[in-house]
Amino acid sequence: MAGLSYTSINQTRMATGEVYCQTLIELAKENPRIVALTADLGKSSKIGEFMKQFPERFYQFGIAEQNMMGAAAGMAKAGLIPFTSSFAIFTACRALDQVHTDICYQNVNVKMIASHAGTSFGQAGTTHHSTEDIAIMRSLANLTVIVPADGIETANAVEAAVEHEGPVYIRINRGYDQQVYETMDYGYEIGRAVTLHEGSDVTIIACGSAVFQALQAARELDAVYQIKARVLDMHTIKPLDKAAVLKAVKDTRRIITAEDHTVIGGLGGAVAEVIAESGMATAFRRLGLQDKFSPIGLHEDLMAHHGIDTNGIVNSVRELMQLDFEEDLDWEDEV
Amino acid sequence: MAQENSVLIRLEEKANKLRHRIVDTVIWAGSGHLGGALSMIDAVTLLYYDQMNINKDDPYDADRDRFIMSKGHAGIGLITILEDLGFVSEADLRTFNHTGSNCGIHLDGNKVPGVDASTGSLGHGLSIALGYALGATQLKKDYLVYCLLGDGECNEGAIWEAAMAIGHYKPKNLITLIDRNFAQIDGMTEDVMELEPFKDKWEAFGFHTEVIDGHDSAAMKDALERARQGMDKPVCLILETVKGNGVSFAAGDYGWHYGGITDDMAETAHRDLDHYHETRMAQLKEA
Ligand SMILES: Cc1ncc(C[n+]2csc(CCOP(=O)(O)OP(=O)(O)O)c2C)c(N)n1
Repeated sequence: MAGLSYTSINQTRMATGEVYCQTLIELAKENPRIVALTADLGKSSKIGEFMKQFPERFYQFGIAEQNMMGAAAGMAKAGLIPFTSSFAIFTACRALDQVHTDICYQNVNVKMIASHAGTSFGQAGTTHHSTEDIAIMRSLANLTVIVPADGIETANAVEAAVEHEGPVYIRINRGYDQQVYETMDYGYEIGRAVTLHEGSDVTIIACGSAVFQALQAARELDAVYQIKARVLDMHTIKPLDKAAVLKAVKDTRRIITAEDHTVIGGLGGAVAEVIAESGMATAFRRLGLQDKFSPIGLHEDLMAHHGIDTNGIVNSVRELMQLDFEEDLDWEDEV
Repeated sequence: MAQENSVLIRLEEKANKLRHRIVDTVIWAGSGHLGGALSMIDAVTLLYYDQMNINKDDPYDADRDRFIMSKGHAGIGLITILEDLGFVSEADLRTFNHTGSNCGIHLDGNKVPGVDASTGSLGHGLSIALGYALGATQLKKDYLVYCLLGDGECNEGAIWEAAMAIGHYKPKNLITLIDRNFAQIDGMTEDVMELEPFKDKWEAFGFHTEVIDGHDSAAMKDALERARQGMDKPVCLILETVKGNGVSFAAGDYGWHYGGITDDMAETAHRDLDHYHETRMAQLKEA
């Protein structure tokens, strides 16, 4: 790619938002069409650094997300590549009409970086938890929806977003992510899941902060319970890597999804649609918020509360292993 | 006059207690919105302890006046009042922001008694306040609705949609207050997104608008009492304040929107607040 290299050392010293900003600064040096927009969250989203480097390519809209999204659409129509930086909740909820009509319907080249996603700003409560945005954004035609697993994958996603023509939503967390990737060279591609752990008993399909937990869970399941779990980092929610899901169904027949998001309509919903349409019997479970608003708390505590930490995933996988499902793919015996 | 002064002294003593409580709560919580809580605390103290009709025994009293704190991130300020009134306990304050606590940064009206709207997403409160006011009129209730906005919050288009509707419906039971501390997150308000001429804007939307010192309880009290007497127009009080008021390292600095403080800083803050209180008491006693 554009010669970017974020080593693991960089990532452990940088919050995911900082990785995003540094990546964008590097890309902007080569691509004068890149501009950055924020709505009084330059400091919180870390994009403020971009302003120092390119003051004339930075636009501050004040606390006015709808106006920012509408203006981003206009800038894209004028030929720029606008990157908006706000919290996920205000991107996907407050500014939704503008995102729907001005950005997605008109199919313009706006890149929305939605930070503080899921329950990563846990202490701020429901007004700041973004636990429906994947479902909302996934339903918008023309939009590519990416949920990176960590900082390195965020750098990859930002780079890929610039190369991709059309609107992109990238959902990142507040603060530091647990590190999944060592380097950027693992063949990141929009719409292509990454197999992080091989297994034949069950497949854990995860996105965002749940990916690290899923990987830990797979290691524990193997070491303690001799359960061989495949782990897919499903960083792109749309277009979903259907082939990877179908292969997992065929190979393992047991699928579990994990996301820091409601189980309705997000990653779990997307995977469920593929499984249902495949006609293959599958033991299946969706982990995430069970149609509830989250309590407040630290991100890691809330992940445990919602059963998407390592323990929660291990327990759910073990339960899933007990579930019965139709063993054969033969429909002849159905009445 | 002397009686008037004793009210002001009582209010300052209360505000002083609350200011210290805010600093303590920031420490207990690990971090907090110190700046915006300290800028509004004099106004909100005046509302709760002198102006508003609230029932200390029943935070849900149907006839109580309503307070919509649209700048919901200042929950750490409001919670100290709700604790002082006995609606929540000191234990709630000590676990503010902790996992599983009922009290987080932005107060949840379904969990915290005395919170009339779950705010935190900026730009919602004035519409909710308008709805409460129209609802009260419809149901022939005579409570009043007070809504406090942040100045940065007025960047939001929704605020002006509400302002237009208030100018249109002219509810006589709604008073809009703005914490004009001239600061938001990314900078000073006029650098981030120009608000001036701010007063003219509110006037253009049909409000009788006054600009008052938001740390001068006498002036605010006077304006509120006048507002309640002869409201032929909706009233908007722009309260000029200092973000982080009373604490040397935070006062006037937009960088103190949200953050953690060390024990040393808390000590400084408490000392600064003592000094600030003494100065204010001396002024009140002189008057
Ligand atoms: C819709 C929305 N956008 C962004 C934020 C993030 N945010 C929280 S506080 C704040 C600044 C508020 O400034 P102001 O209203 O002036 O409050 P004060 O200075 O009194 O604390 C921002 C941008 C939010 N809470 N809601």
